[in-house]
Amino acid sequence: MFGLLSTWSDWATSLSTLSEHFPVLVVVVPMLSAPLCFLSRNGRAARGISFFALLSCLLMVIHLLGRVLDEGVVSYRLGGWPPPLGIEYRYDQINAFVALIVAFVATVVVPFGQNKKAFRVPAGRTNVIYAVYLLCTSGLLGMCVTGDLFNVYVFLEISSLSAYTLVAIGAERRAMMSAFSYLTMGTIGGLFFLIGIGMLYQMTGTLNIVDLSMRLYDVSSVRTLSVAFATLFVGVSIKLAVFPLHQWLPNAYTYAPPKVSAFLAATATKVAFYVMLRIIFTIFGRERSFEQMNLDRILLPLSIAAMFMGSIAAIYQTNIKRLLAFSSIAQIGYMTLGISLDSLTGLVGGIVHLFNHALMKGGLFLAVACILFRLGSVKIDDMRGIGRRMPWTMGAVVVLGLGLVGVPGTVGFVSKWYLVLGALERELYVVAFLTLVSSLLAVVYVWRLVEVAWFSDPKPGIRMAEVREAPLTMVVPVWALAAATIYFGIFTEHSAGVARLAAAQLFGGTP
Amino acid sequence: MTPELAIQLALFSPCVGAVLVLLSGRWQNVRDTISILAGIATLYFVIRIAGYHADEARLALEVVDVMPGLTLAFEVEPLGLVYALVAAGLWPLTSLYAFGYMRGHHEKNQTRFFVCFAAAIAAALGIAFARNLFTLFLFYELLTFSTYPLVTHAGTEAAKQAGRKYLGILVSTSVAFLLFAIVWTYAVSGTLEFRPGGILDGKLNPALTPVLLLTFAFGIGKAALMPFHKWLPAAMVAPTPVSALLHAVAVVKAGVFSIVKIVVYVFGIDFLRQGNASLWLAYIAAFTVLSASVVALSKDNLKARLAYSTISQLAYIVLGAAIATPNAIVGSGMHIAMHAAAKITLFFCAGAIMVATHKTNVSQMRGLGRRMPVTFTAFFIASLSIIGLPPTGGSWSKMFLAFGAVDAHQAVFAGVYMLSSLLSIGYLMPVVGRAFFCRADAAGAINAHGADAAHGDAEHGDHGDVNGGLHEAPLACVLPLSITALLCFALFYFARDLYALLLPIVRDTTIGG
Repeated sequence: MFGLLSTWSDWATSLSTLSEHFPVLVVVVPMLSAPLCFLSRNGRAARGISFFALLSCLLMVIHLLGRVLDEGVVSYRLGGWPPPLGIEYRYDQINAFVALIVAFVATVVVPFGQNKKAFRVPAGRTNVIYAVYLLCTSGLLGMCVTGDLFNVYVFLEISSLSAYTLVAIGAERRAMMSAFSYLTMGTIGGLFFLIGIGMLYQMTGTLNIVDLSMRLYDVSSVRTLSVAFATLFVGVSIKLAVFPLHQWLPNAYTYAPPKVSAFLAATATKVAFYVMLRIIFTIFGRERSFEQMNLDRILLPLSIAAMFMGSIAAIYQTNIKRLLAFSSIAQIGYMTLGISLDSLTGLVGGIVHLFNHALMKGGLFLAVACILFRLGSVKIDDMRGIGRRMPWTMGAVVVLGLGLVGVPGTVGFVSKWYLVLGALERELYVVAFLTLVSSLLAVVYVWRLVEVAWFSDPKPGIRMAEVREAPLTMVVPVWALAAATIYFGIFTEHSAGVARLAAAQLFGGTP
Repeated sequence: MTPELAIQLALFSPCVGAVLVLLSGRWQNVRDTISILAGIATLYFVIRIAGYHADEARLALEVVDVMPGLTLAFEVEPLGLVYALVAAGLWPLTSLYAFGYMRGHHEKNQTRFFVCFAAAIAAALGIAFARNLFTLFLFYELLTFSTYPLVTHAGTEAAKQAGRKYLGILVSTSVAFLLFAIVWTYAVSGTLEFRPGGILDGKLNPALTPVLLLTFAFGIGKAALMPFHKWLPAAMVAPTPVSALLHAVAVVKAGVFSIVKIVVYVFGIDFLRQGNASLWLAYIAAFTVLSASVVALSKDNLKARLAYSTISQLAYIVLGAAIATPNAIVGSGMHIAMHAAAKITLFFCAGAIMVATHKTNVSQMRGLGRRMPVTFTAFFIASLSIIGLPPTGGSWSKMFLAFGAVDAHQAVFAGVYMLSSLLSIGYLMPVVGRAFFCRADAAGAINAHGADAAHGDAEHGDHGDVNGGLHEAPLACVLPLSITALLCFALFYFARDLYALLLPIVRDTTIGG
């Protein structure tokens, strides 16, 4: 009896001891599961391992987000070395939130069904994909949670290298080429980022982000500071695919396997956006970024250009994946617009759109995976009349598409509301108007899909009668995201509410 | 039943109806019965709400706080109640009519049709009871998207083209202008609630008031103010029941209702009258009244003619809102009901003619009155109401609108109303005149005969002289149009109640009536 009790209390103690280490385990668990996947030599086992690794990751992140919301910042010292000497993992409202998105999407994508033909990997070696996938997730999570700038770079490279690999295993041969251009651009971006870090280190002698931000107050060398800011900004902009540094993105998303597109679209750019927020608001601070560097003068026009060019390009695409990729460029424009408005409300809009866009674009790319699975094509013209054959999948596409348009009652409206309100608060009437007009372009490309799917007769030569609804394992995740699009459009406490806290924290200048 | 529950049930019963229709799609009779029952249930709950309103119970329902300042909430006030009664009252009749029309016309996808129809009614009621601009906007967009499948119902290239125009104009105006105006209102006043007397007084720069008002008016594309009126004629490709209920009643009235509501509860009449902020809107509306009437004269297709007549009549209401005197506002509110009853009758008649004889153009309708006396009598009565002659309801609302214009010392707008009446005689009376007093021309007779034969109508098929036979549309079509025609009469006698219902919305203004 007592033995049992003591075992139980031992368990409880060890769990609470373990929970002390959750901050680092979030990164370590997927990273160490990657070699396990590699060694398992079996696709199915690897899938199981990655699912459980990521699920545990997700639960830990939820636990940590709860702690952050209750207690404030959670700091973890790697190896017990106090910062700024040692590396610190630091969870606050904003990065716990981003980490949650990454962990959530990564977990959802794994069990999602797939067509073996989507990957150019010999049968029986699909375990490799999961190994790379876990590494990529681990890198992205690491970028979120680390409090050390050089560590951010390390994780950035881990996630990028594995992302190149994931793109390259797409079924078409053009995947290789698009992965190569992604690699080229990504490496340049990484290099810029590294140079920026070098300059900051040279000026302050520290790499810890909090420490860095404090020491930068005393730095008087404006020119080095400006150059460091510029290089860091350009480096992250490439990773984020800010217009006009977006050229790598459409091809990468188009030729990557559909699951990978869903994963990357929902996470990689979001983490890059988070790093951009950190650089602008935490390291340099709002005043320095906007009043000395005049960031808004460059970022505002670029954001608006992205919103328009991305949407207009999306209208003319014939491949649905490419359409969604260009739409992503436009949506990234909305996020950076949130930064460039230099107002608290606008920033809330940018941050909440990070979350909202992850839901919508993740869901849409997964729906595309369903279509590819049954139809064997992602050409819009081949999809004529598919609504009747795959009503659930295409119904989700309509809901998610309405989200992209920003119809009230969906998450897109929440983002749009904050962005337009932010612009009007700054009395930027033209910007507010352009933001709304650009969302009309989304109506055009979304409605093209709706009309093709629901109101057209099948194209001759396509055996539409043989197309069936995708299996439940695929439709359920898609609908989970579609339902979330509506849920978080009405109950915004856990999306916009958290974004408000995060924005207030960033905007206040306190790290 | 508590008042809150009544609001919930009124909003839910069309939704439940939509789901049940979807589930019972396989059994045609069950489906159509459910559709009508859902309509009756909705009407019952709206009447209950009206009863609570008469008892001065507080009728409000808060659903959820979406964001700080944005609440999904409902509240019943007189103007919304009139609109809700109109939409809910005419829905069961339209269902009955659609029942006859869709079968008589052998339309495809009838289940989708009835589902979207019910969804559109739910959205219309949401607009009617909206407590703030956010709720109104949400249901406004929902109404657009739920009616799109109805417009493209035929699935032909022409229908898709029309659907694009429909969605394109309605969504782009609502997002680019209406949403802009809503966010602007929020940025200025910090709230989106509808309040008697408005929320902008003392907060908005008076120089910007006309700009904001025009942004609202153009943003509400459903009001079909020129130059954003093209979607309405385009939407006429839809089956006639859709044109009747949605594009003569629910959708377009949602537009003008929103404008009146915004004028009364966001701007406030007193605030708007300061410095004549609404003068530009009045000119645009007056221009729309006249030019749409003139265009209607030139249309040979009956539905297109009625569509332009609708545009003109909607602008009456917008003009009344822009004049913004108590009489004009009450007249606008009354005209929502009066025009709804009359215009739905006209569309029902157009559809009945099409089902019975396959004729769509006015020039083909010579002598049809003898074959379809009930239909054309109803058409005549409804025409009187549109023109504004007693003893039909339209005469009262037009009178109050004209009084309102005179109160505002802008007799020119009263002249606009009168001139438009003359024009409407010009485009409506020839239809009736030709049908009753002209003899069917030879070509028409052969066509009609051919159509009859094609219908397999043996009873009339052997009539050599088509003029002699009585050939009405199915009873399910004729019954609703007779009821709505009688409603036009009834509204003449019940106008006092409508007036008493609407008067409180302008009670607190300082301008004498």
